[in-house]
Amino acid sequence: MNPKMETKHLNFYYGSTHCLKDVNLHIKEHEITALIGPSGCGKSTFLRTLNRMNDIIPGARIEGEVLLDKQNIYERGVDVVELRKRIGMVFQQPNPFPKSIFENVAFGPKMLGLNHKLNLNEVVEKSLRAAALWDEVKDNLNKSGLALSGGQQQRLCIARVLAVEPEVILMDEPCSALDPASTLKIEELMRDLTKNYTIVIVTHNMLQAARVSEWTGFFLLGELVEYGRTVDIFSRPKDKRTEDYITGRFG
Amino acid sequence: MSAKSRQKLAMVFIWGSGVITMLILFLIIGYVLARGLPAFSFDFLFTAPQGGLSGEGGISTAIVTTIYLVLLTLAILLVPGIGAAIYLSEYAKDNWLTRIIRYGVDTLAGVPSIVFGLFGFVLFVTALHFRFSLLSGALTLVCLLLPTLIRTSEEAIKAVPRSHREGALALGATKWQTIWHVVLPSALPGIVTGVILCIGRIVGETASLYVTMGGSAAMPSSLFSGGRTLSLHLFYLAMETRALEKAMATGAVLIITILVINTIVNWISYRFRARVLRGA
Repeated sequence: MNPKMETKHLNFYYGSTHCLKDVNLHIKEHEITALIGPSGCGKSTFLRTLNRMNDIIPGARIEGEVLLDKQNIYERGVDVVELRKRIGMVFQQPNPFPKSIFENVAFGPKMLGLNHKLNLNEVVEKSLRAAALWDEVKDNLNKSGLALSGGQQQRLCIARVLAVEPEVILMDEPCSALDPASTLKIEELMRDLTKNYTIVIVTHNMLQAARVSEWTGFFLLGELVEYGRTVDIFSRPKDKRTEDYITGRFG
Repeated sequence: MSAKSRQKLAMVFIWGSGVITMLILFLIIGYVLARGLPAFSFDFLFTAPQGGLSGEGGISTAIVTTIYLVLLTLAILLVPGIGAAIYLSEYAKDNWLTRIIRYGVDTLAGVPSIVFGLFGFVLFVTALHFRFSLLSGALTLVCLLLPTLIRTSEEAIKAVPRSHREGALALGATKWQTIWHVVLPSALPGIVTGVILCIGRIVGETASLYVTMGGSAAMPSSLFSGGRTLSLHLFYLAMETRALEKAMATGAVLIITILVINTIVNWISYRFRARVLRGA
């Protein structure tokens, strides 16, 4: 199967710091790819190159290619706005807008020009159901998104992304601010979402990577040390550094 | 000295400062209200001042002129002021040019208002032939208030967390959609507070209006009519007539106006905060 996304000789610089070093990685469609590694290893930076979120950071520079369906997203003439509709993102801290639950989910479709009330209702319900939040909020759609619990907020942010119907969803440590019960809910949700979406998740929780992903990449100091099937990475890592990390000798 | 007695000394000092500040405030407000309120009546609010040296009459035209001036100034001020704040906080790169602009804005905010008045007199009253008029006064106030509005709005916009912007951008919103639908609504309470502070400044401004609006006590009939706002009227009453009681009454009206404006500011920012948390 062709990879949904692929990076070729990807280098990333922030000022004079070389944050990502020659990263080559492919992301399989309808599967979950987990990126693990100690803090500051570049895994989040890598994730943010996949939807060009680093573009808004002054002093950032990129070399190499990031392919989405074989097309380089850093090529001249690529519409970043269009690209981000195809590649959604969930952040580390739940970041619902200070608007109602309904308006949070309807935001993306509205920005795309969908203004018909009935259609919006449909999209909002569908997205909230897909994010396993509908039953908890269906009677309070006008309540502020900020009034929800942390776990609910994160599922609201996922619903908000689903409403735009992206092809790929990037998740930047989506559970690090959540309690174990909420974390399990989000992990279950991710399993369901692979039916329709390709997911890349950054996590510092190795158990989480082992639980949810088919593929795992281990980053260290800006380098992709090892990449392969999750079962292989966790049972018989090829690189000594990977082994040291997953057995808890550093990180 | 032991830590305990130092603590006591500090408490005495802090309490003392608080008490002195309160005393001065209440003395001023109390004095003006006590002397002004006896001359204050329904008639006082709704009759026109006589003008000239008598000081007779009420303050109706001054109230209307003040309202006109506030509306006219805001009409000219808001778009460029908030626009510049959006530019500085969202679009401008941090380089020597924008640093100079910021520095200039900060410096202008500290320039005494009479200097702006002089500028307005030269440019609007004489060079552009707007004469002593509402328009000259409003344009001068726009120059005076732009720095304040730009800086307060810029701070309000910058206080919007980056995560909101990233959330919107990651959903495929354009930069402008992000600013318009996410950043500005969140920054609105701060911007509104800045605008209301500007209204307070307009109501209280005297020196720069003295040299740009003249002192006609008549009801302004067009943008090119001169006129006096409440503060200006108060100044004329105090300096050119013996109607000190009327000046005090006008002062009382001003104090109450500012009090109302401040209450509105607090109410608005409270409501916005509550709305954000509760949803709306």
